[in-house]
Amino acid sequence: MRTAFLLNGIPVETETRPTETLLDWLRTHRGLTGTKEGCNEGDCGACTVVVTDRERGARALNACILFLPQLHGKAVRTVEGLGDDGAPHPAQQAMVDHHGSQCGFCTPGFVAAMAAAHAEERSDHADALAGNLCRCTGYAPILRAAKAIETAPRPAWVAGDRAALDTHRSFFLGEISSGGEAAQPPRGADSPPDPACVLPETSDQLATWYAAHPDATLIGGATDVGLWVTKELRDLGPVAFLHRCRDLQEIEVGEREIRIGAAVTLDRVRALMAEYHPSFAELLRRYGSAQVRAAATLGGNIANGSPIGDSPPPLIALGATLHLRHGATRRSLPLEDFFLDYGRQDRAPGEFVEAVSFPRRPDRLRVWKVSKRFDQDISAVCGAFDLAVEDGRIAAARIAFGGMAATPKRARAVETALLGQPLTPEGVAAADAAWTEDFRPISDMRASADYRLNVARNLLQRYALDHAGRATSVLEVRP
Amino acid sequence: MSVAKPLPHDAAARHVDGTARYVDDIPVPAGTLHLCFGTSTVARGRVTAMDLTPVRAAPGVVAVLTAEDLPLPADVSPSAHDEPLLSDGTVHYAGQPLFLVVAESHLQARKAARRAQVSYEEDPPILTVDEALAAGSRFEEGPRVYGRGDVEAALATAPQVAEGEIEIGGQEHFYLEGQAALALPQEGGDMIVHASSQHPTEIQHKVADALGLPMHAVRVEVRRMGGGFGGKESQGNALAVACAVAARATGRPCKMRYDRDDDFIITGKRHPFVIRYRAGHDAEGRLLAVEFRQYAVCGWSQDLSLPVADRAMLHADNAYWLPHVRIESHRLKTNHQSHTAFRGFGGPQGMVGIERVLDHVAHRVGRDPVEVRRLNYYAEAEEGGPSAPLGGDAASPPEDISAKKKAPRDRRVTPYGQVVEDFVLGAMTERLLETSDYAARRARVAEWNAQNDVIKCGLALTPVKFGISFTLTHLNQAGALVHVYQDGSVALNHGGTEMGQGLFQKVAQVAASVFGLPMEAVRITATDTGKVPNTSATAASSGSDLNGMAVRLASEEIAGRMAAFLAERHQVKPEAVRFRDGRVEVGAESYAFAEAARACWMGRVSLSATGYYRTPDISWDRMKGAGRPFYYFAYGAAVSEVAVDTLTGEHRILRADILHDAGASLNPALDRGQIEGGYVQGAGWLTTEELVWDGAGRLRTHAPSTYKIPAASDAPEVFEVDFWQAENRAETIHRSKAVGEPPLMLGISVLMALSDAVAACGPGYPALDAPATPERVLAAIDRVRGG
Repeated sequence: MRTAFLLNGIPVETETRPTETLLDWLRTHRGLTGTKEGCNEGDCGACTVVVTDRERGARALNACILFLPQLHGKAVRTVEGLGDDGAPHPAQQAMVDHHGSQCGFCTPGFVAAMAAAHAEERSDHADALAGNLCRCTGYAPILRAAKAIETAPRPAWVAGDRAALDTHRSFFLGEISSGGEAAQPPRGADSPPDPACVLPETSDQLATWYAAHPDATLIGGATDVGLWVTKELRDLGPVAFLHRCRDLQEIEVGEREIRIGAAVTLDRVRALMAEYHPSFAELLRRYGSAQVRAAATLGGNIANGSPIGDSPPPLIALGATLHLRHGATRRSLPLEDFFLDYGRQDRAPGEFVEAVSFPRRPDRLRVWKVSKRFDQDISAVCGAFDLAVEDGRIAAARIAFGGMAATPKRARAVETALLGQPLTPEGVAAADAAWTEDFRPISDMRASADYRLNVARNLLQRYALDHAGRATSVLEVRP
Repeated sequence: MSVAKPLPHDAAARHVDGTARYVDDIPVPAGTLHLCFGTSTVARGRVTAMDLTPVRAAPGVVAVLTAEDLPLPADVSPSAHDEPLLSDGTVHYAGQPLFLVVAESHLQARKAARRAQVSYEEDPPILTVDEALAAGSRFEEGPRVYGRGDVEAALATAPQVAEGEIEIGGQEHFYLEGQAALALPQEGGDMIVHASSQHPTEIQHKVADALGLPMHAVRVEVRRMGGGFGGKESQGNALAVACAVAARATGRPCKMRYDRDDDFIITGKRHPFVIRYRAGHDAEGRLLAVEFRQYAVCGWSQDLSLPVADRAMLHADNAYWLPHVRIESHRLKTNHQSHTAFRGFGGPQGMVGIERVLDHVAHRVGRDPVEVRRLNYYAEAEEGGPSAPLGGDAASPPEDISAKKKAPRDRRVTPYGQVVEDFVLGAMTERLLETSDYAARRARVAEWNAQNDVIKCGLALTPVKFGISFTLTHLNQAGALVHVYQDGSVALNHGGTEMGQGLFQKVAQVAASVFGLPMEAVRITATDTGKVPNTSATAASSGSDLNGMAVRLASEEIAGRMAAFLAERHQVKPEAVRFRDGRVEVGAESYAFAEAARACWMGRVSLSATGYYRTPDISWDRMKGAGRPFYYFAYGAAVSEVAVDTLTGEHRILRADILHDAGASLNPALDRGQIEGGYVQGAGWLTTEELVWDGAGRLRTHAPSTYKIPAASDAPEVFEVDFWQAENRAETIHRSKAVGEPPLMLGISVLMALSDAVAACGPGYPALDAPATPERVLAAIDRVRGG
């Protein structure tokens, strides 16, 4: 299939299979070997590139799980293209000056991630670089380098790439928008329509096509589907890329509820939640990495039904409703009811997640993720709590967990046991016996069943302690 | 002089712009084939049937090779000839290569490899220390024992005895660049191999054997590795040999790189250990006798396990004088990947054992562990302080076992009889306690812990004394080749490999200093078995010591010839010829170096020389456990402060203060990088990095999604690193000290700080195992609360 984008400032067209990754294409077809493969699953950041789109500007993404059609109409900068007219990017120079490279293999990815953070004017360097692993330096010199360039001028391409996307509009869109607003998937003018891959522009187009191709795979950010290809080596069959469905990317903040389109990326959800539910935003700070959050979608995190997806527990605690669509038919259900069993969701063939909504109400939500490493790790336990207190007693409780069952799951017995109790460490202990009614977790490489149960219980204690204003997080202790 | 300057890594500019080439970046000839192993899915048993028809039929497949298809039995072991490239039908671990797919692309090879239909007759795998002991599954006939004195008698009379066990997990190297090799067939059957390897000579040797060629027909080149850490000392043999045999079979260039999951599943790791101990002590915490039983989980083949386990024994004392000591070491053969070299090479595990003993004893006697540590230190160096060079007559004879016999209670003698000549940890500890503000922080931590019951803080100082030299004495040699061209440029080559540690730059600084040249005049060239033969692995922290010396000798040889020629021409003494600032001064005359080089060439002076160095004064009997295995010791100490969440066991390093001894540093910027990086890598080993094998012996943590090395936010928020400024007493290159491995063990302070924080939760002793994941920390909190 045809994809057209800017590569280091130069328009390029490719004709590839839809699941060709940017990383493989750069290295094998373009000879651009500066971008490295470290893990091939989006966890190490060695393949980080900077991708600019019209709406959001420059962001860091993992090229190893980025399929070429996702780049259509965007601008890509690899490590070879970060400098300006032969002068190195400030991040490149700072990494030399601060001795930020040793073996050098992770360095191009770090430099690209730093360049994106610099373009975004970020100063949360450890977070911005949480998706880049270095085994040599212990990070200290890299963080010094990132700090050192905060005020350095931005290279011309930061604005230039964005502007060039408009300049080259016809190059990107000429052949594919002949039908006016209802764009067709990008393809060469002479090629026949390619049923194996579509890039719908609206959810209506998606609904129609998916109802007719119920065996297809929908690809949001490809941070999970990417691994089906790079690790499971699956041939996906028909695919639809959702990143051009503008109406799936909308966030509506209404008087009574907030509605988030399925294709909204998690970095946008994080920004939204910072205002309404800061604890959720803090969870999302630790969700994946900057690269992953810029690609991964909320709908994808829900629809794949993982028992350890981090967004369902807080959404369930917030009383979220899931909106599904099949063709012209829409239905809604409480999010917790969507998850039926391990790997099985209440979703018919050809039906897709359109949005998730939750009621607006005062923030009581606390959500905690417990894992071996703070950043970019999969939860052993992710617990979300929303407890309402009236007259000193718990009047309403919604509690949901990831990592405790075959699906994200509500702690209904615990919720019931809490009603009428004071929100104190002693009061919530009244629910101690109820935990085993709700959960029988498994032991795996992340944690044992006993640990999971203990931590779940203790997180409720933490909620009570937090309510009393006690220090409960090692992240808040300063040296 | 360019030595001692904080110059950047030689390839820093190329690292940051993406032009530094690794094996997979080398442009390959058209027709290059790509390889992938098909691997065993069971840990132990026999292959009863292997249908490779679907593999052969897969798109892009050119050939599929099994052990039977190889013209010669290809072995990839670095030691005991016990690692067939492809299984002979017996399966020893889940992940063992069974067959080799040769295809037109990397992806096609990977896809095809999964199509094999393999049936097995499975045996129960041996996976634990107890299972291995019960089955008598071990390398060597029985445990190795080093020690001195009468431990049983001393334990029997000791006022108190601390007894316990610590489990120490393994560690995946997680070099960012996975294993890779490329073989290019040459005329006459010769082979050129590009490998990501710390040991090009061994690759040459194994490839030559597999092809039935003399070593001269195989040339191995290594420009750089994207990280090694010991994981590319022997574990790259399989890929290089596979590429060579496939290139021979097909007549086409062959490349192989492991996908990250394959890399985890196929290659060995740092040895997991269980260490059991009994330590007799007095009421102050003075150690009277210590007995260790070290159980090393070696995996399925011998690889480097014997010297690794030896080094664990040789570091069971760390910085402490143990009057009566017995160290029993079991090298257990299990159905895991074959565990291998990893930065520290057994030393870290041995050191964790004794640090655990000190922590335990301090807890029992109710003293700050740092006081108990200091109480047990070796005797501080005498005669002129730490910076005084070792005098001629102070140099101990290699057979220091005589000292052991004469003065068994000498507080300078190690359990293996080597005298610790230059012990400086007393003074280093004192300075670090001061610069880290230890006493005040100790008080603040106590105050915090008294006021907070959810978050507890902990503080610990641990020392490092690490022996420098290969314990296999013959490996302590190195060669170099230096050319001066007629335009005054210098090319240098040596047997060491560059894996990020900055060896190439340090060695270039040495050469530039000899010739008085700026760094840009010196070109560092890829390690090449055709230029310098019979090299040792770049390992044991020895790279700069050995190769720096060899390069200096070669450079001095050429400089000497130039000086003699120019001196004669100007009728001055050769000693009056000076090389500095890019010029050669001959009496009153001064030449640009290039002019001088050209004049020498015109005068028919050879401007090429080899250099050869072997470490003096070492000798070691590993069977007896006696001698002088180490030329010298490198020292360091770290103070770590941590915070622990008693509800979840989550924890974080708040601050680290390090004082490290790099001798007279060849390059303080590169050495600082080793120190900071080593500390974080050591901390990762002992905290977040957990390898989990399931009951069937399958590694469940085989990618960065499940195996967690430290990320940027795991580095301490306050991270102070300082050098102990003192020349090495031993006559090393510019009196520097090796710095590759020792800083890793500074990370032990994190484990001990966690122990300190957990101990604040209750009266019991934490007995914290490693890695101290949140789960293990929470379990330890339960333990101390239970009493």
